[in-house]
Amino acid sequence: MNQSQLIKSLKPKYKEFKVSLFLLKKNRLTKMALYGVVLLVLIAIIVPILLPSAQHIDQDANPQQKLLQPSLRHPFGTDELGRDVFKRVLLGTRISLQTALIAVGMALLIGVPLGAVAGYFGGFLDEIIMRFTDIFLGFPPLLLAIAIASFLGPNLRNAMLAIAISWWPWYTRIVRGQAVSLKERQFIKASKAIGSPPRKIIFKHIIPNCVAPVIVQASMDIGGVILTIAALSFLGLGAQAPAPEWGLMVSTSRNYFLNAWWYSVFPGLAIFFTVLVFNLLGDGLREILDPKTRKN
Amino acid sequence: MKNYIIKRILLGILVLLGVIAITFFLTRVIPSNPAAQWVGPRATQEQINKATIELGLDKPLYVQFGKYLKDLFQGNLGNSLRTKQPVVKELKTYIPPTLELVFFSTILAIIIGIPLGLNSARKKDQPLDHFCRFFSVGAVSLPTFWVALFLQLIFFRWLSLLPLGGQLDTRIKLLYEVPHYTGLLLFDSLIDGNFTIFFDALKHMLLPAITISLYPIGLVARMTRSALLEIIGEDYIKAARSYGLKEKLVMWKYALKNSLGTTITVLALSVGYTLVNTFLVEAIFSWPGIGSYIATAVMSLDYPAIMGVTLFSACAYIVLNLIADIIVALDPRVRV
Repeated sequence: MNQSQLIKSLKPKYKEFKVSLFLLKKNRLTKMALYGVVLLVLIAIIVPILLPSAQHIDQDANPQQKLLQPSLRHPFGTDELGRDVFKRVLLGTRISLQTALIAVGMALLIGVPLGAVAGYFGGFLDEIIMRFTDIFLGFPPLLLAIAIASFLGPNLRNAMLAIAISWWPWYTRIVRGQAVSLKERQFIKASKAIGSPPRKIIFKHIIPNCVAPVIVQASMDIGGVILTIAALSFLGLGAQAPAPEWGLMVSTSRNYFLNAWWYSVFPGLAIFFTVLVFNLLGDGLREILDPKTRKN
Repeated sequence: MKNYIIKRILLGILVLLGVIAITFFLTRVIPSNPAAQWVGPRATQEQINKATIELGLDKPLYVQFGKYLKDLFQGNLGNSLRTKQPVVKELKTYIPPTLELVFFSTILAIIIGIPLGLNSARKKDQPLDHFCRFFSVGAVSLPTFWVALFLQLIFFRWLSLLPLGGQLDTRIKLLYEVPHYTGLLLFDSLIDGNFTIFFDALKHMLLPAITISLYPIGLVARMTRSALLEIIGEDYIKAARSYGLKEKLVMWKYALKNSLGTTITVLALSVGYTLVNTFLVEAIFSWPGIGSYIATAVMSLDYPAIMGVTLFSACAYIVLNLIADIIVALDPRVRV
């Protein structure tokens, strides 16, 4: 294939990408959500570098300045140990984003291959895998995570694991649906005809073709996962003190909030803003990438 | 249809067994020393040995699972580590207040969510519709436990309108005899005809119920809206309109009826969410339900209690989903 042919073959993809970009620009709410996400990611990367001392948060304690009202020096006030709430809220961004990404990543690692295998092979194996997902979906969301996290032991790593274990069935369902229709397509049949082993077909043809819907679902889930991590930490099953995790901050603020509203309000707002931005982006992405709504 | 319902019930039973199997794995297989975990961190070696035999941990896994199942069906969930009482007995006192709360907030979700969804479908792309959309995305993004604290801050601390928590005022508890028939306080006080208790209980119920109803309100409004938008385009609605029937009649009687299938499914799902959301909220409002129970159990790593609440909630969720699926399947237009 020479270069001009290559460009020609890439053109439809490029055009599709441009249409997506155009739709993204037109959808103001989604665009704003995208900016919000970029801002959060920047905060998560930069703030911990700028404030390295805060890694050892107990050095920040300053009992003379405990529970001060919001002021110019402390925009979000201070907490019961005299630590700056603003600084801690900013530092919490990295914890929330990082744990959510890892948890969703682990759920994908479990869910996607299982779904592809179930859809591609069909039959008995499919039946077993799908009934298995039914069982996991038989728990109300969050409940399974609470149970697993408490049995594994309360810390952030186990909380991520617990979330991954309760989240994978959603991806299995999506990928299975895709795989079932993909395996009837010509290119898969061709690949089979030239003797590719199933392992190769699944990893080289099926999974790459499921990427778009999976990414949309994952981006919609990140918000929910951040919320779940905060909830687990609030219950004492996630991050442990002195980590500047938002749910944990709201949890400790319970003893003081009636006289120090800023202590619980700002970390909570941070959770709300982050989850909202991710949910809006996920919603918008779905609308843009879904061929049904794309036409309009 | 009959086949579908039978199939669905069988699947429900399978899922239930699966859920029980998962809880078995969580309690007996994952921990390195389940007996030590089961009797708590301060147990003596003697107690651990006793628990090992009691839990049957010296026997093969399938025998253990059989015994686990047998205990479950006999209503034996073990004793709470914290209070040393049987978990089942404790659940019996903690479940009614939670049911009351969930029930009340589901009613809120119906009487606010459905009209909100209906009106935003009727006035698509108008301010109310935008509000509804923002509300439903916002409600899903709000950390419930934070909303609880925030409402307490506003209505208790700043406005002094509503109580901070609990189910009844201490003074009222002392002055009146609190009726106890079903455990549902609102209901019991009505049976007694004691309106002082009724209104006080209602006042205490308001904040927690609003907190946990935000999520289902958003969900119901959104689903009702999208279901109605599809229905409005149908011929029979156009026909009803062209007869000159009042818009209200068309929407509330003709259109809404056909969207109820969606609403019921969503409600059943959201009751599951609401139930688990009480875990985050009840402790804040010192509401004496299973939410507070599991929150304290989690803090003291009271495994039998955690397991009891988990099993109860999962069973409730499975049954609710089953009911929703069957109601939808009873709709003659659904061919399965």
